[in-house]
Amino acid sequence: MLSTAKLAIEFRAVAYSPDAGAPILRDLNLAIERGETLVLLGRSGSGKTTTLRLINRLLSPTAGDILIEGRSTSDWNVIRLRRMIGYVIQDIGLFPHFTVQRNIATIPKLEGWPAARIHSRVNELLTLVGLDPQLATRYPRELSGGQRQRIGVARALAADPPILLMDEPFGALDPLTRAELQREFLSLQNRLRKTVVFVTHDVREALLLGDRIALMANARLTTLCTPQEFRSSKNPLVAAYMESVTTVTCDRGDT
Amino acid sequence: MTVWHFIAQNRAELLDLTLEHLWLVGISILIAVLIGIPLGILISRWPALDKPILGSANVIQTIPSLALFGFLLPAPWIGERADRLAILALTLYALLPLIRNTYVGIRGVDAAVVDAARGMGMTDRQVLLQVQLPLALGVIIAGIRVATVICVGLATIAAAIGAGGLGEFIFRGLAMVSDSVILAGAIPAALLALLADFGLGRLEKRLQPR
Repeated sequence: MLSTAKLAIEFRAVAYSPDAGAPILRDLNLAIERGETLVLLGRSGSGKTTTLRLINRLLSPTAGDILIEGRSTSDWNVIRLRRMIGYVIQDIGLFPHFTVQRNIATIPKLEGWPAARIHSRVNELLTLVGLDPQLATRYPRELSGGQRQRIGVARALAADPPILLMDEPFGALDPLTRAELQREFLSLQNRLRKTVVFVTHDVREALLLGDRIALMANARLTTLCTPQEFRSSKNPLVAAYMESVTTVTCDRGDT
Repeated sequence: MTVWHFIAQNRAELLDLTLEHLWLVGISILIAVLIGIPLGILISRWPALDKPILGSANVIQTIPSLALFGFLLPAPWIGERADRLAILALTLYALLPLIRNTYVGIRGVDAAVVDAARGMGMTDRQVLLQVQLPLALGVIIAGIRVATVICVGLATIAAAIGAGGLGEFIFRGLAMVSDSVILAGAIPAALLALLADFGLGRLEKRLQPR
């Protein structure tokens, strides 16, 4: 039990197949420690998003077990479980009929926080993600993509969940905004030390943000290592990823 | 005798018939809303039910209105009074646009928004009441609008079974071979339909997200 106490999330021989179809995830064993940022890297369809959605039980495993704080997700009350796990997706999914304030306050409101506490928390979060608290009364449609994604992060952090799931959160942003948000993510994570599981198909993002990188291919976890190890790995798939980065860099150097 | 002449002479009756017409339509739409919206919600959550329920509502829609009044005539309690019969028939006709629009409206809510709501830990009920229904409201109001316009028109036929309404003038005019009398029923009925269309259209625009 002592060993599991350090772990925020643990996959034990987890497999997932949709009702009728080929397995999307096979025999996944993965232990994620408290406070680390684990990046799930891989191509589309490699099982990254499925892995993420198994954590907050938007999907249930067809085999194996997922432990959150040492307890199987099937033993958790699913609503309680999800409320202690922040969730940020690429399409953000802000509620278009709610103001920024109401969007961020969604979970605190459902949890019955007093209005004054909600108000100060919303201001605190807007500042935390680098936005002007005056935006609180705006609607999502009045914001830029970068602002919306920041609100998405603020909303996920609202009730101070120990775990944060991020599914390609910066994927739809222009390169400059993306770099800005990546930097902010790092400084935020330095302060907050949440357990973060971050899905991306961008190697640079994985190398920049991850404490560890879990490389997935064909429904399996193929490599689990630190960014340093990743850079120097002899594994052909990892090497191919690294090559893709250097190739791009060379192209840029030429022009 | 012109239409205006006839209307001027029969103001009191016209008012009565108009109120009767509105009452038939109003009650029918109210009942249809109370049945249709829950059914629409139901089939949006259990897709296995969508074909049978939408199919039945579709079939009802294809029955000629006069025939439907006739079919319902032998029904117990309902068949005893013409207004009950008319209300039941109008309600049945109003169901399809209500069920369909509720269904389409809920299904049309951005999947990412619903996914985020679920993933954050909203219960199914909270997702429905705080996210799906508010975002589908514009489409649902559009369904109410279509149903109302259909019913205002169809309610004129209710006079054929003695349920009253503006159809009284139309059928009386047909019997008398008097265009003026027909128009005295048809024009107010058309105006009611336009008014309902306009009013609910405004409401729909205001409630449309984005």
